[in-house]
Amino acid sequence: MPNFIMSYLGSTVTPGQAGNQFWALIYVLVIFAGVAVVVLCMNWIERKALAHFQIRLGPMRVGPHGLMQPFADALKLMLKEDIIPAEADQFVFWVAPLIGLLASFTVYIVIPFGPSQAVTDMNIGILFMLGVSSLGVLGIVVAGWASNSHYPLIGALRSSAQMVSYEVAMGLAVVSAILMTSMNASGTGTLSMIEIVRAQQQQGIWFLFKFFPLGFVAFAIFAIAMVAETNRAPFDMAEAESELTAGFHTEYSGLRWSLFMLAEYAAMIAVSSIAVTLWLGGWMRPFPNLLHAPAWDFIFSLFPGLTFGGLALIAFIGTARMPSHSFFKIQRIGLAVFAALLGFLALLLLVIVVAGRSADTSIAARLNEGIGYVYWFMLKVAVFMYLFIWYRATWPRYRFDQLMRIGWKVMLPISLGVLMLTAIVGVIVS
Amino acid sequence: MSVPVNDGKSDIAIHSLSNLNLETPEKPYLDSNELIINMGPQHPATHGVLRVILKLDGEKVLGTECVIGYLHRGVEKIAENRTYTMFNPYVDRMDYCAAVSNGLGYCEAVEKLLNVEAPPRAQYIRVILTELQRIASHQLWLGTHALDIGAMTPLFYTFRDREEILKIFEKYCGARLTTHAFRIGGCQYETYTGFEKDVTNFLTFFAPKIDEYETLLTSNRIWLERTKNVGVISAADAIALGVTGPVLRASGVKWDLRKAQPYENYSKFDFEIPVGTNGDTYDRYLVRMAEMRQSMRIIEQAVGGIPEGPIMGKVPKVIKPPVGEIYHSIEAPKGELGYFIVSDGSTQPYRLRVRPPSFVNLQALDLMVRGALVADVVAVIGTFDIVLGEVDR
Repeated sequence: MPNFIMSYLGSTVTPGQAGNQFWALIYVLVIFAGVAVVVLCMNWIERKALAHFQIRLGPMRVGPHGLMQPFADALKLMLKEDIIPAEADQFVFWVAPLIGLLASFTVYIVIPFGPSQAVTDMNIGILFMLGVSSLGVLGIVVAGWASNSHYPLIGALRSSAQMVSYEVAMGLAVVSAILMTSMNASGTGTLSMIEIVRAQQQQGIWFLFKFFPLGFVAFAIFAIAMVAETNRAPFDMAEAESELTAGFHTEYSGLRWSLFMLAEYAAMIAVSSIAVTLWLGGWMRPFPNLLHAPAWDFIFSLFPGLTFGGLALIAFIGTARMPSHSFFKIQRIGLAVFAALLGFLALLLLVIVVAGRSADTSIAARLNEGIGYVYWFMLKVAVFMYLFIWYRATWPRYRFDQLMRIGWKVMLPISLGVLMLTAIVGVIVS
Repeated sequence: MSVPVNDGKSDIAIHSLSNLNLETPEKPYLDSNELIINMGPQHPATHGVLRVILKLDGEKVLGTECVIGYLHRGVEKIAENRTYTMFNPYVDRMDYCAAVSNGLGYCEAVEKLLNVEAPPRAQYIRVILTELQRIASHQLWLGTHALDIGAMTPLFYTFRDREEILKIFEKYCGARLTTHAFRIGGCQYETYTGFEKDVTNFLTFFAPKIDEYETLLTSNRIWLERTKNVGVISAADAIALGVTGPVLRASGVKWDLRKAQPYENYSKFDFEIPVGTNGDTYDRYLVRMAEMRQSMRIIEQAVGGIPEGPIMGKVPKVIKPPVGEIYHSIEAPKGELGYFIVSDGSTQPYRLRVRPPSFVNLQALDLMVRGALVADVVAVIGTFDIVLGEVDR
């Protein structure tokens, strides 16, 4: 095998930092495919969770418990006629969903799923992330304008108004977290996503709890702003169904529309990742400093396998609870296969952990660690994804002038105050 | 039943229309700031086929115009070609969310024309079913109104509980929506076995459910921001525009036909008329929520005291009212539902005119949304609780 493939294995830095283009490309492909799969899963989970919030069942027909529903939807959307309105600006109409998609996928370059589990590490990582993820709004604005129709136009206007009122408070909240990274011996802060997580490890505290309640308030502001940033309920004014029919994507259909959906979910994961990285300790497992004995390492490394095992168990119970009528035979088999798949995955993860413990090659140890890093990171992101669904089921929609008022008159002063207090407390403490 | 007269003692005073500025402000024809938008007739939030032409400056509403008639079926003309009995099911199709109330109004109007009265047992059954229908109608309103404002979940909760009422209707007369529950002179059907039990069960089932709706909305910060001081209409304006029902009461006017001109046996029951103070969307929400509770009180009293006896009054097989005219109105869930019937002594009405509450209430839309934002238009349309079947007839 060529040297540039093998030499990277067992490395402790990202392929970008190691200058290994081959592995960088592999990582990009893995992340792209992974995000696409997660978006499909999210589609199903959102519909099911929302349905259960609303005393419904949600999709139940396509596959067992509607498991194949996202695939059926994707197929349907791909087969639909590609309509471009006659009055639309054809090229811009065509390019708009791609802008949104590009923006929300590009940020994944710097998201640190682990200390070496990222495409690359930039020294301006967080700046890059905020900048590129804000570009997603451009896609929405351009889509609304190019549709040459009234509802999309209003949706686009709302979206841009929303962005200007939230980006500032969001940025200031992020800055107060960055200030906290400089609370070390050398007194130098960092913008690198990986270094931000390392700083939390060195200081032995998630920035969420740092200078309580300052870190918490900054986090809360970011958590609100990120819902507005991704145009999700209760800030989904740009696509407010009951007001603007579908807002900026009223004229879009088929594959083009699904690109907007893909971009929205990808952006949701991306902003959740920022929040996790800045305030919730990124890839770190709970109490990495306090419970650092090898035994604890082993116990925590069992979690991924146990999680999948639990999911498999739920699926098996679901299979057992299915009606015994022969009508459900195929569905029962399908769910059993799905449960077996989950169980196999759980077994695989457990085997890797147990085998990796006794093996002394650095590659096995790295693999073992990597699974843990990605697992804890994704678990924290999943909490945010669940919150997104919960918000949507619970709250009415804000009016866009109220949103701007909150952005400018409430969140901006608070985040400014938190920033200044963080700086003052930081100076006093150090 | 005697015809109530306006003795001048009520606190209702008709104000002139001069305090309403109904003119759309003059602007150059092609103003780049203005946007004309057609909201409807196919739109998720116009409750059917209402079409509202909005004149916008950015998001601000400069003026509106309602275009109605997309659901016009000529119900009033049909009445002239049907006998009184044959026309009875047609009224169910006007306000299809409150078919029982429509039927009650029509039957009572014809009874008044014939000068007969439903026997006491029939009156009790009528009151119970009508008040159940009021709750069902308000539930439907709450769900769709919350959905318009962006809260998806209450819709499913209200529909779950509305189902219980529809089940009672189905057991009573076989239909859930367009019930045709009453006949001229009384009721067609005797109550089924277990009717009282079903109704009392519903009351105990539903009392905590209202609280559940309220936990979702009443003190929800976003709900408050979206509804408080939105679509405000003063008592004077509401009266001048002929607005009735919860919309009028939310403006602080204590006007409920069940108390003002008691029909059926409403005077026997102890209940209150909830009124608001500000006349905004939030008050209308509170008034309707309180009305559901009051309806439960009425049902509770009525279901305990259903007397024995016949359910049909002395009505001839062929209904031929004497020559004359009559106007009779009841308090439907949405407001004053009136029937004006002219009889030429034949088996068919010479002319039948319906005064639907939604149609009259809708004309306050422009006043209430002018100067507001697009999102408020949706909230205000929802707060009227309009049903287009009734507006267009």
